[in-house]
Amino acid sequence: MENFDLLLHGFSIAISVDHVALMIGGVLLGILVGVLPGLGAPNGVSLLLPITFGMQPVSAIILLSSIYWGALFGGSVTSILFNIPGEPSSVATTFDGYPMARSGRPTQALATAFGSAAFGALVGVVLITCLASWIAGVALKFGPAEYFAVYFLAFSSFIGVGGAPPIKTVVSLTLGFAIAAIGMDTVSGQVRLTMGVDELVKGVNFVVAVMGLFGIGELLIAVEEEMHARAVSSRIDWREVFRTIASLPRYGWVLLRSAAVGCWMGITPGGPTAASFMSYGIAKRVSRRRDKFGTGEPEGIIAPETADHAAGTSALLPMLSLGIPGSATAAVMMGGLMIWGLNPGPALFIEQPDFVWGLIASMYLGNIVAVVLVLLTVPIFAALMRLPFFFIAPLIFIVCVVGAYSVSNSYLDVLLMMGFGVLGYLFKKLDYPLAPLVLAVVIGDKAEDAFRQSMLMSQGSLRIFVDNALVSTLVGLGFALLLVPPLARTFGRLRKRAA
Amino acid sequence: MRTLTFAVVAASLVAAPAFAWQPTKAIEFVATAGPGGGTDNFARAVQAAIVKNKLLDQPIVVVNKGGGSGAEGYTYVKGMAGDPYHLVFGTSNTWQQPMVSKVAFKASDFTPIAAMVQDEFLLWVKQDGPKDVKEYLAAMKAKGSSAKMGGAQSKDTDELLTRMIEKTAGLKFIYVPFKSGAEAAVQLAGGHVDSHVNNPSESIGQWKGNTQRPICVFNAKRLAAGPKVTAAEGWSDIPTCQEAGLAIPLFQQPRTVWLPLKVTPEQVAFYVDLMKKVQATAEWKDYVEKSSQSQVFLTGQEFTDYMTQDSGRVHKVAEEQGWLVK
Repeated sequence: MENFDLLLHGFSIAISVDHVALMIGGVLLGILVGVLPGLGAPNGVSLLLPITFGMQPVSAIILLSSIYWGALFGGSVTSILFNIPGEPSSVATTFDGYPMARSGRPTQALATAFGSAAFGALVGVVLITCLASWIAGVALKFGPAEYFAVYFLAFSSFIGVGGAPPIKTVVSLTLGFAIAAIGMDTVSGQVRLTMGVDELVKGVNFVVAVMGLFGIGELLIAVEEEMHARAVSSRIDWREVFRTIASLPRYGWVLLRSAAVGCWMGITPGGPTAASFMSYGIAKRVSRRRDKFGTGEPEGIIAPETADHAAGTSALLPMLSLGIPGSATAAVMMGGLMIWGLNPGPALFIEQPDFVWGLIASMYLGNIVAVVLVLLTVPIFAALMRLPFFFIAPLIFIVCVVGAYSVSNSYLDVLLMMGFGVLGYLFKKLDYPLAPLVLAVVIGDKAEDAFRQSMLMSQGSLRIFVDNALVSTLVGLGFALLLVPPLARTFGRLRKRAA
Repeated sequence: MRTLTFAVVAASLVAAPAFAWQPTKAIEFVATAGPGGGTDNFARAVQAAIVKNKLLDQPIVVVNKGGGSGAEGYTYVKGMAGDPYHLVFGTSNTWQQPMVSKVAFKASDFTPIAAMVQDEFLLWVKQDGPKDVKEYLAAMKAKGSSAKMGGAQSKDTDELLTRMIEKTAGLKFIYVPFKSGAEAAVQLAGGHVDSHVNNPSESIGQWKGNTQRPICVFNAKRLAAGPKVTAAEGWSDIPTCQEAGLAIPLFQQPRTVWLPLKVTPEQVAFYVDLMKKVQATAEWKDYVEKSSQSQVFLTGQEFTDYMTQDSGRVHKVAEEQGWLVK
């Protein structure tokens, strides 16, 4: 109950006219930077960092974290409406969000995403409140072998379910790993696969790859197929928003399970991206409506969105207590913490209780503010879908180009993005799955680093992956997810033949 | 505007050299590190000192280009030859990285401005680990070839120092490279590695939280006292490695500022003077103290000499380890 008292104390700090005004301002700004892909939350937060130098640390972190919440919500908007994920963690939302919006239900898609995102965030905050002191220690158990096991689990929970032929999945996956390998290698310190392009030493930025693969790729398909028929006639209906939110409790089990996956991945620092993919993979595996996934199934939006926000929220805990940023945005905020004279680390909770609990309290309020504001904007965003295609297409193109350029002010990124657009188009045309490619681009190099660090530590012995209960459970679970579906299929076929 | 002109006139009257060159548009500081990294904090501290004391009437933007262990930033500014509006903020990596890795720049692609601060290195162990350097060396020796040292990046300063320790103390380490010093610190707290050689600012939070502690500092003399970090100890309580029985007298990492090539001597003089003014501000002093670094100001010939000397040392270790790029 000690935590509860501290939380009340935190509320007494967070609830003031100034702070609530900062939250509203921050959330609105966040929604704006979230909706414009490429600008994104990390850039939005770092642009505003200098303003906070003169502020009290609590006020500063409230402003920055509110931008973060706003941007997380905003990032889902473009994923759903235009198939352009603004953040790595909202890629999985495009799988069902975009088809649902295209089939004339953008309001329902947006409201579903926001509702479940808010639920996920809430679970994340409650978890932090109750278990702050205990959870901080969990992440310490994670060495390179455990990290690798978590990434392996993310891959296998997602890969095993794909409807595509296994060989196509493998092609897509390995191509993703190759792209992730471009640039400086952490373990050997060598430059790899830059093909004579000096600037590629920085590697391929995820946002650039995804905007090309999804945004431009989708645009090319659309130009070819349905130049004229693209405007979606959706009624702008406020009641639709409320109806959707009211229907969410029907998916209680999906919500709870996804929130659990999200929190777990947020704390063990697997991160929101791995969480959203994993949650989508699991939902697709266990749902009774799994055949409908990919065509605009609500569960396919709820699962990744809930997990994404649960992980995004609970990932702030390792940041504060251990100094490990769970995402790019968290890294920028951590830089801010140091400039304000605070040292993230185990002592922060004891030395700066006002700051820590003020922040936690503001997470409750900030998310409530964010979900209310963002629901108010649903009809406006949904109305975008009614614009005819010849109007929207150039807009998407401009957004993608500007977004790719603004990632690091580089023309090379714009060219790369176009290249990825063609790749995305070819993948669609030839019926290759894009998701394994994206997953490998996002967490491929992290998985590789973790694996090679483990091999260094064990001097080449694979036994390090069964050395303790934690790592062997994770690896075992990964193999089970990977192998059970094909084995079950083979077994079923054998039984049919025998009968 | 009038006060501004007045200030400029006054400044040029007071400060002896009137500069033949003044910036007329926004200046970009390129940090060769991601947000929150040591070099990023360095660039932002210089920015804050300039902005708060109005040392310039042009705005300053800090841009992070930390890809490829900073190679992204160096390559970017190298391409800006003749443009005095892009400064690159780095470390000894300017001359060290091209030696061990096939990157597209070398130290001679830049015009040196100054080295402004030397970051310190300490040897850290887990809170319940060896009590002092003697115990540590004995424990590592007992582990044989399975002693693990964590650090940031590969073939960078951390691994360089690790290899120097190996040689000095007759040990053998498995060096495990992580993305950053902060990550290495967490791995030490969890007991996944035996030690690391982080800078003070990378591990101060962990020391305060009693997950790990420094056992010696790689400097000829102890660090400045400053406020106590834990209840019992502060930086000045940590012995130098030499007095504790590990004979590496000095290992530091300079934080450096560079312009691209083909800039005029007037432009160089302007920035050298600007950086000198930065060092006199309260904001800068605060930054140096909070991050427990040592202030220096190397410029011109002094800086070049330092670079030659440090390159020689790096080259020797790199050659022994077979790191040199052909």
